[in-house]
Amino acid sequence: MIALDKRPQPSRAWSYAAPVLAVVLTMLVGGILFAALGKNPVEVIRTIFLDPLFSKNAWFYRPQLLIKGAPLVLIAVGLSFGFRAGIWNIGAEGQYIIGALCGAAVGLAFHPMESWLVFPMMIVAGAIGGGLWGLIPGILKVRFGTNEILVSLMLVYVAESLLAAMALGPLKNPEGMGFPGSRNLSQYPSAANLELISGSGMHWGVVAALIAVIFAYVLLARHIFGFQVRLAGQAPRAARFAGVNPARMILICMGLSGALAGLAGMFEVSGPAGQVTIDFNVGYGFTAIIVAFLGRLHPVGILLAGAVMALTYIGGGIAQSNLGLPAAAISLLQGMLLFFLLAVDVLTHYRVRFLNKAVA
Amino acid sequence: MDLSAINPILLLASLMVAATPILLAAVGELVVERAGVLNLGVEGMMITGAVCGFIIAVATGSPWLGFIGAAVGGAMLSLLFGLLTQFLLSNQVATGLALTLFGLGLSALMGQGYLGIRAPAFPDWHIPFLGDIPVIGPIVFQHDPMVYVGVLIVAGVWFFLNRTRAGLILRAVGENHDAAHALGYHVRRTRMLAIMFGGACAGLGGAYLSLVRVPQWTEGMTAGAGWIALAIVVFASWKPIRLVLGAYLFGGVTVLQLNLQAAGAVFPLEIIPNTMLVGVILVILLQVLNLRRQNINYWKLLMFSILCAIISIALHGITVPFKVEYLSMSPYLATIAVLVIMSAGRAPGSLGRIFHAAR
Repeated sequence: MIALDKRPQPSRAWSYAAPVLAVVLTMLVGGILFAALGKNPVEVIRTIFLDPLFSKNAWFYRPQLLIKGAPLVLIAVGLSFGFRAGIWNIGAEGQYIIGALCGAAVGLAFHPMESWLVFPMMIVAGAIGGGLWGLIPGILKVRFGTNEILVSLMLVYVAESLLAAMALGPLKNPEGMGFPGSRNLSQYPSAANLELISGSGMHWGVVAALIAVIFAYVLLARHIFGFQVRLAGQAPRAARFAGVNPARMILICMGLSGALAGLAGMFEVSGPAGQVTIDFNVGYGFTAIIVAFLGRLHPVGILLAGAVMALTYIGGGIAQSNLGLPAAAISLLQGMLLFFLLAVDVLTHYRVRFLNKAVA
Repeated sequence: MDLSAINPILLLASLMVAATPILLAAVGELVVERAGVLNLGVEGMMITGAVCGFIIAVATGSPWLGFIGAAVGGAMLSLLFGLLTQFLLSNQVATGLALTLFGLGLSALMGQGYLGIRAPAFPDWHIPFLGDIPVIGPIVFQHDPMVYVGVLIVAGVWFFLNRTRAGLILRAVGENHDAAHALGYHVRRTRMLAIMFGGACAGLGGAYLSLVRVPQWTEGMTAGAGWIALAIVVFASWKPIRLVLGAYLFGGVTVLQLNLQAAGAVFPLEIIPNTMLVGVILVILLQVLNLRRQNINYWKLLMFSILCAIISIALHGITVPFKVEYLSMSPYLATIAVLVIMSAGRAPGSLGRIFHAAR
């Protein structure tokens, strides 16, 4: 008989070990899954987790790590504040889309004018667009008590429809011969989010992600708001007595996470993606939820988790083209990772005790 | 606006069909939430049910076996959620999200060889006598059997929750798990059974999409139906009978939107202020019926309705063509609107809380 005793304090050692253990377990079970699909499990796991970094073609894949990792980290950092305080914004995908649309719209409005002001204005537009989209569920929760999980998720589908409408309508390239999709922003120097160092994958989104990590770390460790977020998550009643205003907390968390997701979308549409298309969003907003948890809702952890998750995207792509691994297997692997993390986390909060039959 | 192409009888008839997948998934989730567990993985269980049902129906040629397979598939997946939340005491919100992400990947992987295949036919029932009644017959009594199975499950759940001892225990577990545990009820066992029932129902709802409604398998075909089901449970204030109302309301919005797309109708702008006026009436109605008690400033409400009326007159006759992309937002916007209007119900006391019996 096994019993669980609640630890008075979450175990520090296990809170570091749990994500690592979860990744290892995912590799093991993923290997079994790949074997069932008729692939060589060792080869697939190596392709996904090691080839992007160490194979002879790695010079091509390493920059991708930054390109895929930056939006994940940027979104996850924003989400982590809300998740800590028990405010569940799971509609980051929608805020990402709206941020991209707003940013691209501002850029396209100035086409073909050349000015150094265009790109900063696009950044601001992306952040405001995403932030406002994120504030909708926040305001509805504060004003009407609606569930922010459901509303933020519904808004993802609304945003996807809006994206389609924009790609086919107002933002469509007038010189695009009737094809859906906007002008290519990467061919418009004032609005392009180009690589800062050629061949490194380093673009403004990566810089923004790093700034966000540092900013979040300082906010969480040194600022009163960070303290309030942690307090609201761990002891909501105590937080109320300490004068934490729950409505303000909800609005800040939703607006902040929305703005960061919007920024991620804006950097993506002006850089790696280049244009607004119907299928512009690839699920970063949802994967970022896994990144936030895998990084223990801590900025530095999120940075590492974002790198691991970006690895699965890149490695998954390689495995798809070289080994014929289905694309769905990768999203399954990512879902599995979150499952294992949540399962292993029991050891962080509880102590396992084996009971003797005689005693029981 | 040319709406003559829309046949109201067909519209109402297809409303019941459109509502069924959401109704099935929602009634399962209702039982789960009444047991005090918040399973946000409905979408994942639904799509897994959709693919399981489709595969089995294609392999055996029998839609009925497909539905059974879908229920089993959904229940198996929910077992994973139950194991994590009940035995490994994980956070229910996070685990539910994980279940959805996992289910979407799993279903896409399972359904790879099944793209572009048609599901075996699932003929409609023409119920004798009742089906021959003019108007009501075609609307209510000429559907496929699963429509009635859905309604029967809701009735069964109502009876179970309100008229049986086991239902009382389930509600006790949901309201206060510590008290229920102290009385000697098996909190975990009750919850595991409820979670599996919820998974089976979500699976049935998903299979209804892939076997009847569409009827084909495509990746991500549930398109948020599972999340709408979750919203309907809140809308229904955790009461089974109101669930039917909610599901049919959404079926109505979905079907109307599809019909408007097909009819190529134009959108008269005056509908916007008119809808707000209807909203005002609805608020007053809810007040009168005591469904949502709130202090309302009637003076402000009056000014608001006059404003709406003026805007409505000003916009009279101005139309914009409907676009598919905008119309397809409507079920989701309707969900949000409904959540705003009706979020007054009281959730089960232990909903979403972790149960850990200290020894």
